[in-house]
Amino acid sequence: MSITITIDNKEIKTDIGATLIDVAADNGIFIPRLCYMRGKPCLGTCRVCSVKVNGWMAASCTIPVQDGMIVEVDTSEVKDIQKALVETLFSEGTHNCPSCEKSGRCDLQAMGYETDMMVSRFPYRFTERNKENAANLIWLERDRCIFCQRCVNFIQDEETGQKIFSISGRGPSSRIEIDKELADKMNKKQARAASDICPVGCIIDKERGYDHAMGVRKYDITSIRERILKGEQ
Amino acid sequence: MGKKLVIDPVTRVEGHGKVTVQLDDENNIIGARLHVVEFRGFEKFVQGHPYWEAPMFLQRICGICFVSHHLCGAKVLDDMIGVGYAQGVEMLPTPEKVRRLGHYFQQLQSHVTAYYYLIAPEMIFGMDAAPEKRNILGLIEENPEMVKRVVALRKWGQEGIKLVMGKKMHGIASVPGGVNHNVTQEQIDRFLDGDDGLLDIDTVIKYASEALDVFYKFHEENREQVDRFADVPALNMCLVDAEGNVDYYHGKMRITDEDKNIIEEFDYHDYMDYFAEATEEWSYMKFPYLKKYGREKGSVRVGPLARVNNTKAYGKATPLAQIALERFHVYNNGKASNKTLHTNWARAIEILHSVELIKNLLGDPDLQKEELKITPTKEQWTGDGIGVVEAPRGTLLHHYRANKNGEITFCNLVVSTTQNNTVMNRTVLAVAQEYIGGQNEITEGMMNAIEVGIRAYDPCLSCATHATAGTMPLDVQVIDSKGNLLDSKKR
Ligand code: SF4
Ligand code: SF4
Ligand code: FES
Repeated sequence: MSITITIDNKEIKTDIGATLIDVAADNGIFIPRLCYMRGKPCLGTCRVCSVKVNGWMAASCTIPVQDGMIVEVDTSEVKDIQKALVETLFSEGTHNCPSCEKSGRCDLQAMGYETDMMVSRFPYRFTERNKENAANLIWLERDRCIFCQRCVNFIQDEETGQKIFSISGRGPSSRIEIDKELADKMNKKQARAASDICPVGCIIDKERGYDHAMGVRKYDITSIRERILKGEQ
Repeated sequence: MGKKLVIDPVTRVEGHGKVTVQLDDENNIIGARLHVVEFRGFEKFVQGHPYWEAPMFLQRICGICFVSHHLCGAKVLDDMIGVGYAQGVEMLPTPEKVRRLGHYFQQLQSHVTAYYYLIAPEMIFGMDAAPEKRNILGLIEENPEMVKRVVALRKWGQEGIKLVMGKKMHGIASVPGGVNHNVTQEQIDRFLDGDDGLLDIDTVIKYASEALDVFYKFHEENREQVDRFADVPALNMCLVDAEGNVDYYHGKMRITDEDKNIIEEFDYHDYMDYFAEATEEWSYMKFPYLKKYGREKGSVRVGPLARVNNTKAYGKATPLAQIALERFHVYNNGKASNKTLHTNWARAIEILHSVELIKNLLGDPDLQKEELKITPTKEQWTGDGIGVVEAPRGTLLHHYRANKNGEITFCNLVVSTTQNNTVMNRTVLAVAQEYIGGQNEITEGMMNAIEVGIRAYDPCLSCATHATAGTMPLDVQVIDSKGNLLDSKKR
């Protein structure tokens, strides 16, 4: 059923039940995101896609559109909240982009640029979560994990469907875990897929490294904004 | 009561150094030391990182010769995965040449910066000129056209670094066993033919030659002073090719004496078998020396002067540099020069040599080929590697080890300024004896002379102790043997 919503005073015709974050992208309106992947079930973990819906802040990847919905995206308040959410993720981990191999294809870094973040307003916690690198093909650089849970939900052992990644602990002592036995059953293609699904440089494919020169890395070629607006991610 | 003269910090040197000159009651020099008192510890920070990250991470030790650190690290990675020279496996031509290209551009850019921004003001205005004038701003006022040429030359070098590394600073090119991109004809043409704001190769060669003219003129007018200033003994060390001439990227380590006899030549993987390192409580910088010869006789000089001393011929492929090299050797009667200020002569020769090497490489079709890296089998993994390159300031060594998971467990860096530590201290002493001994008052000229001596080495005190780089004002203090401040002078 066709309905009408308003985003930033613009009337948009769409279908009932569509997800707000997709409707916005299809109409040329960019909303940052870090856990959401178009076409995959919503995770709702990062909150970076927060916008104002009928006067309340809500994560737009979790909102099915409804007739008459009034949405604010392009306001200084909303943008500042999105930026603050990105900043918290930088403060929460230990990120050294200049020597990180994910640089140039990292969603978190790209969102930092998109939200005009210069430096985090929150104190850096320099969280120390020991790396895990015993698996043959995968290196977990835990300090960079943003707990989006993409790997937990979308990467499974092909044979049994068991999860390969999980999150242990709570609050500040949470950390990402890998089942080494299952991880060592992964072939190179799966390992690459796991590293690609991770929005940051936490899941590293040991055979990849700095395989692309500057200027031809994923987001050097097409920005994350363009990709999202084209419906690619 | 003995007195101590302190020059702290030394200006126009990368990093932070301090000089003390110890005087006895009659103001005779009884000792002089270059103290390096910063500490940074990159060797520790890199532990725990994936081994392939090291060249990206460790290049940040330096904002000037980062390409050298990057490439030195790249050679270590080659060793570690078991495809490097240590295993007798020839690196593919394309990655080796792409890396060399970046290396030569870096040498050009670094030498031009040191030579014109830091050293040339001394030559053009004289060592005694007021500090307000004796700097790049003074040069701009005196000879704006020359400075414009220098800026253009430096830009050409920086753009070349960007071509290879992807960025003018701290880019990414090398991966274990190769590089991540080649160079296209279109990119090459920009550097040969020039482009909007970018010089063409013939103009670059012309401008590069000018550096030598600046030295020749200075030498002509101040021959006695230049040749007498800090004539200090040291062995000369650099990497050499199969013919025994300098190779900036790879080769054997050769050490020669004053008569150019080869006293040691070895595979750089055996460095630790030949060298020991002394430490002093007054400096964070170590003092390497050849074990066999002891600290006094076995200390080496590295960098432009050592390389030029060691090189018989550059060959026909770089004809202008060859002519300049011959003139150098003839002037020094075929002996190695120990004259500290000849380092600037050698640096000017190398500016020209790098440009000619770049020109030749740009015409090499291998740069454009597609085979970019060797991928080894797991069995070839050694987890241990040593890399050596001739950085602009001299022989640079990186050594890393990683465990089977790929995690770095050990890192040691021996940078060129560390190799030069003893000879720099000898230089400080020689200058102090000549300029300060027997004098009552410390003048600007004396302070300048010490700085000129140190600066000839273009020392990177920050990377030698792995500390931050910066340029500091000059502060001179006279301190007696009990530590009381007798006199101080600031500028
Ligand atoms: S994961 Fe992304 S944000 Fe973090 S250091 Fe790497 S590139 Fe930077
Ligand atoms: S490892 Fe990567 S994909 Fe998994 S939860 Fe952390 S950030 Fe998300
Ligand atoms: S993208 Fe919506 S909560 Fe992460």
